[in-house]
Amino acid sequence: MADLSLPATAAARVEPRGARPRPALSRRNVILYGTLIVVALYYLLPLYVMVVTSLKGMPEIRLGNIFSPPMEITFQPWVKAWAEACTGLNCDGLSRGFWNSVRITVPSVVISIAIASVNGYALANWRFRGSEVFFAILIFGAFIPYQVMLYPIVILLREIGLYGTLTGLVIVHSIFGMPILTLLFRNYFASVPEELFKAARVDGAGFWGIYLKIMLPMALPIFVVAIILQVTGIWNDFLFGVVYTRPDTYPMTVQLNNIVNSTQGVKEYNVNMAATIITGLVPLVIYFISGKLFVRGIAAGAVKG
Amino acid sequence: MAAQRPSQLFRNLNAKIASIPMILTAVVVFLGGTLWTVVYSFTDSKLLPRLRFVGLDQYERLWSSNRWLVSIENLAIYGILSLVFSLVIGFVLAALLDQKIRFEDTFRTIFLYPFALSFIVTGLVWQWLLNPDLGIASVIRGLGWTSFTFDPLYNADIVIYGILIAGLWQGTGLVMCLMLAGLRGIDEDIWKAARVDGIPMWKTYLFIVIPMMRPVFITTLVLITAGIVKLYDLVVAQTGGGPGIASEVPAKYVYDMMFLAQNLGQGFAASTMMLLTVAIILIPWAYLEFGGKRRG
Repeated sequence: MADLSLPATAAARVEPRGARPRPALSRRNVILYGTLIVVALYYLLPLYVMVVTSLKGMPEIRLGNIFSPPMEITFQPWVKAWAEACTGLNCDGLSRGFWNSVRITVPSVVISIAIASVNGYALANWRFRGSEVFFAILIFGAFIPYQVMLYPIVILLREIGLYGTLTGLVIVHSIFGMPILTLLFRNYFASVPEELFKAARVDGAGFWGIYLKIMLPMALPIFVVAIILQVTGIWNDFLFGVVYTRPDTYPMTVQLNNIVNSTQGVKEYNVNMAATIITGLVPLVIYFISGKLFVRGIAAGAVKG
Repeated sequence: MAAQRPSQLFRNLNAKIASIPMILTAVVVFLGGTLWTVVYSFTDSKLLPRLRFVGLDQYERLWSSNRWLVSIENLAIYGILSLVFSLVIGFVLAALLDQKIRFEDTFRTIFLYPFALSFIVTGLVWQWLLNPDLGIASVIRGLGWTSFTFDPLYNADIVIYGILIAGLWQGTGLVMCLMLAGLRGIDEDIWKAARVDGIPMWKTYLFIVIPMMRPVFITTLVLITAGIVKLYDLVVAQTGGGPGIASEVPAKYVYDMMFLAQNLGQGFAASTMMLLTVAIILIPWAYLEFGGKRRG
């Protein structure tokens, strides 16, 4: 690592540049990689156990060890979790919750990003008196425990007749997605060179013209970050789902919890784990596909807490 | 232009129209909703909110409720331990990843993936892993240590540590990422200078790098704390607050009072206490972060 090249002397010129190669099995490397691998195994363990358990039959689970791979692979638990598992009186499995979650997530993501990107753009390029004050309230709002705002929103939704509906939940998600997304877009648009904006104004472009023709196409990467952030966040939400929907409109997380933690009947651990994986699958797939963008999203979204 | 001298109100009209959702959210929901809850926490609302003020009655009842005290104690234990452990583990992992190692991306991907999962999924997986009859404990017994017992989810004294294990598994990846970004921001010359001076690596980290990363630590601290106060889904999924009331937390108290026990006033008082906790943490931070800049 230490790159001490001394170009003046002839001896130095002959010497190879760069770090001195270390033996691959130096003590330092063994400790370093050893620790990392052990920690990585610990982090992977729950995922492994989830998958393995979901592929076993119940007799095998009762006898065996949770780490052992299935002797007989069965997909029955997956089928049951998806289509037959019961929550209360409904016995149509997680599929209902899955489709509810899709119907919640898609419009919430689209609406919250559309609103927040325009807001961020207005805050960055079209400041007006008071705009910063509203923005500050918005950001502080992101830190207020949701519990404080739960009931007032129940009243608001009841007043407009949307309490318990998917539309109501979409509105709630759009509201609570706003602080972090607005911050994300405002910071992005603020970094766009001002000359570009001024040139467009001189050419007679207005608020919407500049947004649609200049800002929007330039901001595509940040849109992807915002989508990742929102899809995982909304898909994983539990609190809003349980407060603002009814059993037939429950999102997937709420339904999953009801299936697994129901006190009736015999516990079927394999079905429970299959259901758990299915619920975690959407954010996991997004995570593994998006890679670095996800990291960027959470670094920005970390503000959400 | 209709008016000869366009009034102040109509300047940037489009921007103002576009900001209406933001303004409504900020003022009506965030500000209005919070004030509403605080005001109603001084009433005796039961099934429906009503404005019959009873002073601090709800708060007195709250602080004499055993369940609330258990919730606070649990949150304190969980909060302090998860702060300490996630900062230490997150920093150590970041420092290990920062040693110019191979497969850095692979390791980072592995450490961070739990963060993509919901607390519900996390709680349910760990509920299964910590199952006293069939989970990890049974595997260890099978290895020959027949008297081994580790059943945090069924033992009221240690249940909160069972939740802590799951919480750390889910959240340390994020801390690691933030710390790694902080470490990457440290000037390479600092390391060179320390090496020239013959300072051992651990000392460089402890006395030079960590003090330099103060802003990163503070931001992380605020983020973790704001997350801890909201602790809810994990408990619901993993233990449901049990055994008994041993793993109750404030956020769950609020939900149960508002939507199950039909005791709105208690829910409002409890959530106002949560707000107060966050404010105590947030206001000094905001002052340091933003107040300082204006002066400088």
